[in-house]
Formats: sequence, C-alpha cells, structure tokens
Amino acid sequence: MAKTQISLTLNGKQIEALVEPRTLLIHFLRDELKITGPHIGCDTTHCGACTVDLDGKSVKSCTVFAVQADGAEVLTIEGMAQADGTLHPLQQAFREHHGLQCGFCTPGMITRAYRLLKENSNPTEDEIRMGISGNLCRCTGYQNIVKAIQAAAAEMAGGQVKEAAE
Amino acid sequence: MIPGAFAYHRPKSVNEAVALLADLGEDARPLGGGHSLIPLMKLRLAAPSNLVDLGGIADLKGIRADGGDVVVGACVTQHEIIASDLLASKVPLLAEAARQIADPQVRYVGTIGGNVANGDPGNDMPAVMMALNATYELAGKGGGRKVAARDFYHGTYDTALQPGEIVAAIRIPDLGKHGYAYEKLKRKIGDYATAAAAVVLTWDGGKVGQCAIGLTNVADKPLFAEEAGRIVAGSALDDATVKKAVAAAEAITAPASDRRGSPNYRTKMAGVMLSRALARAKSRAG
Repeated sequence: MAKTQISLTLNGKQIEALVEPRTLLIHFLRDELKITGPHIGCDTTHCGACTVDLDGKSVKSCTVFAVQADGAEVLTIEGMAQADGTLHPLQQAFREHHGLQCGFCTPGMITRAYRLLKENSNPTEDEIRMGISGNLCRCTGYQNIVKAIQAAAAEMAGGQVKEAAE
Repeated sequence: MIPGAFAYHRPKSVNEAVALLADLGEDARPLGGGHSLIPLMKLRLAAPSNLVDLGGIADLKGIRADGGDVVVGACVTQHEIIASDLLASKVPLLAEAARQIADPQVRYVGTIGGNVANGDPGNDMPAVMMALNATYELAGKGGGRKVAARDFYHGTYDTALQPGEIVAAIRIPDLGKHGYAYEKLKRKIGDYATAAAAVVLTWDGGKVGQCAIGLTNVADKPLFAEEAGRIVAGSALDDATVKKAVAAAEAITAPASDRRGSPNYRTKMAGVMLSRALARAKSRAG
C-alpha cells in the first residue's frame, strides 16, 4: 500500500515522515521515532498507557492512525521536562508523593493529568478521579496518583501567583 | 495489533466524501473519530480497503441554533457536546448522556455522528435521540434526505443508511421547558450499558404533558418505548402509573445474555433505570 507523507510537531520538533495509512500513532512514535514513553498496555483503547496530547486533546494513541495526526501538535512524556532537565511539576509531584510503583502507567497518567490541569487548574478530588478514569493503574490504588495531581495543581497555581506578584 | 492495509482518503467537503464513498463501493468505510471502527480493524473484524476520513470536513463540525431547533454536526465530539453552552441551555440531556460514554480520552475523539450511525445497540446516543425525537440529516451522492431517529434502527449494525450515505447532522427539535434524564447501569467506567433509559417529559399543572422514552442495549437495536411513554403522558407520575409504564417498557425488551447479565436481569434493570429516569426527569421539569 502506498505510503502517505505526514508532517507534525512532536515535543516542539518538526517531524516529516512517510507512513503506511494503517500505522497506528503509537507504533509510529515507538517503532519509527523511538519515542518509547507512551506504552502499549491493553492495545484495546481501555488502559490509557498510550495516552499522548494531540492538538490539545488527550488521546489513546493505539486508536489513532498516524495519518490522522498530520499537521498536528503532539506532546508525549518526553516533552514534559524542561531542556535543562528540570522536571515538570507533575513529574516532580509523582516522584515526591509516590504516585507510581512499577511506572508502566505513569507516562500516560502524567500526560493525561497535564491536559486535565490545563482545562481545570484547581480540580476537586472527584474531578481528578473522573479526569483520569481512562487511565488504569494496577499498583497504586490511585490514592497517591490523586495526591500527586493535587500537589502539582497547587504548585502550578502557586507558581502563577508568584509570577503575577513579580 | 495491526489493522489490514487500506488506502486513506481525506476529503475536504461532504460532496467529495460521498462521491468517494459511492465510487469506491461497499469496501470503503467513512472514518469519524474511529473509536468503534479502529478497534474492529485492529481485531480484523473489519478490513475495509478504503477509509474516507471525515475529520477534515468543516461542514460536519459545529453546533448551531436554527430557529428553535439545534443542529449538531456529525463530527462534533462527545467532549464538545459536554462543553457546549448552547446544548447546556437547550438540550442538557445530551451532555448528561455524553458524560456516561467511555472515558475522557475516548470522548475527545469519539463523535456524535459515529455514535448514532454505528448501529451497535450498546451505543448510548441512539436511545437519547429517540427520546428527543431527533432527525438525522443524511448525505449521499444522489443528494440529502432526512430520517427520524425513531425510524433509523433496524437491527445490530443494520440502519436506514444506504451504501455510500453518511449521517451529516442531527437536528433536535425545540423541546421548550422540559425535564430529562439518562440513567445508565454499567459495571465500570468505559463499559456499555447493562441497561439504560432516556426520558424527556414536560410537566404542566401537576401532570405530565408529553413523555418520550428510549432504551439502550436491551435488544438488537435501541428501543423507542412508545407505549410506556403514552402511559406516562397525562398522569401525575404516581406509583401505579410508573409501574404500568415500567411493565410496558420491559415487555418490548429482548436483551442478549452476556457478561453483563442474563436476559431477565437486564430486562429488570431496564425497568429500574426507567423508573429512576422518570423520577429525575420530573424533578427537573417543574
């Protein structure tokens, strides 16, 4: 089958590639671009381990074709930290609040939480739980994930207040 | 899992899309959000040789008022349904139902058009559209036509859509002041309904004016519970009336036995969902 030319922005970098239309975004990221942060967990649109941010939406990249991301802006866990290695407040909070054990769900969980906090900077516990209901974690029981997201939200809000005061 | 190979088409207009679908024949499938079709393709339960992606067609997007009606483009996502101020004020039932579909990631991508056109009895929006008395505006190479949601569903994956036709928009009539509810029993987030009921009713002078009821996933297609709605209309929604309406709704169900429960259980749960939905719709109608 003929390949299709696509171009997209991945973690701020311009990418040009030829892909088979049937190539799923998760396979394109992992196998072609070696962006292995997004994981393949269930491969059936349930677990959320493959979650990436696509044009401002959290999507399960196992259920999107790479050709559908043509022209899009894609953010993965690899794009969360700053260039100097400073962790994103969500990454830092997951670390400090023990928001992970095996870590398999973590890239998807943090990428999803990133978009959740963009849309709702001060979510209630219930809103966090509903907001991450498309991401499964088999280790933590979610308690510390929720705490980590709450802590990151507070940290990010504090940062904004500080910026405004300066 | 890797789907079978296909050729990818991304038309810019509805006319271009339906012309492609007509020319490519039955082996071409329209792609909306893809969250029903892509999983089927990964399992090789579907292997279309051509996909016509509707995602680049501006005319299929947007939610607008048209006179008293509300018109929702087929490629509007469930996420956009939930976020819409127009729908919140005119047809809040849609957001209530959308919130109960799948999970946030799926709702960012899954479309209302795909949900109603798919023909899976587990889809939630068809019963909602029946309760709302919505009309589907179809587009095909030969032109457009309209089909009422209540007449659209024939069986599992069997709808009024002809080969090459797509649902382009959904038109919801002006309901005026009304009460509404979508009650869905499911085992967990992301699951299809064990049973669900959609209710739209008006309340006037201590009595129900009109009442329309749709049922999800308790037959090989969504059900319009016409008789149950007739029983409720004109009543004060007293216990005896609710009991009669529930019995009438249960009588038209024919659920499959699956991991969600036995047919008897699912029929009874349809009744429970209906009685809850009636009570909640009434509480919002006054």
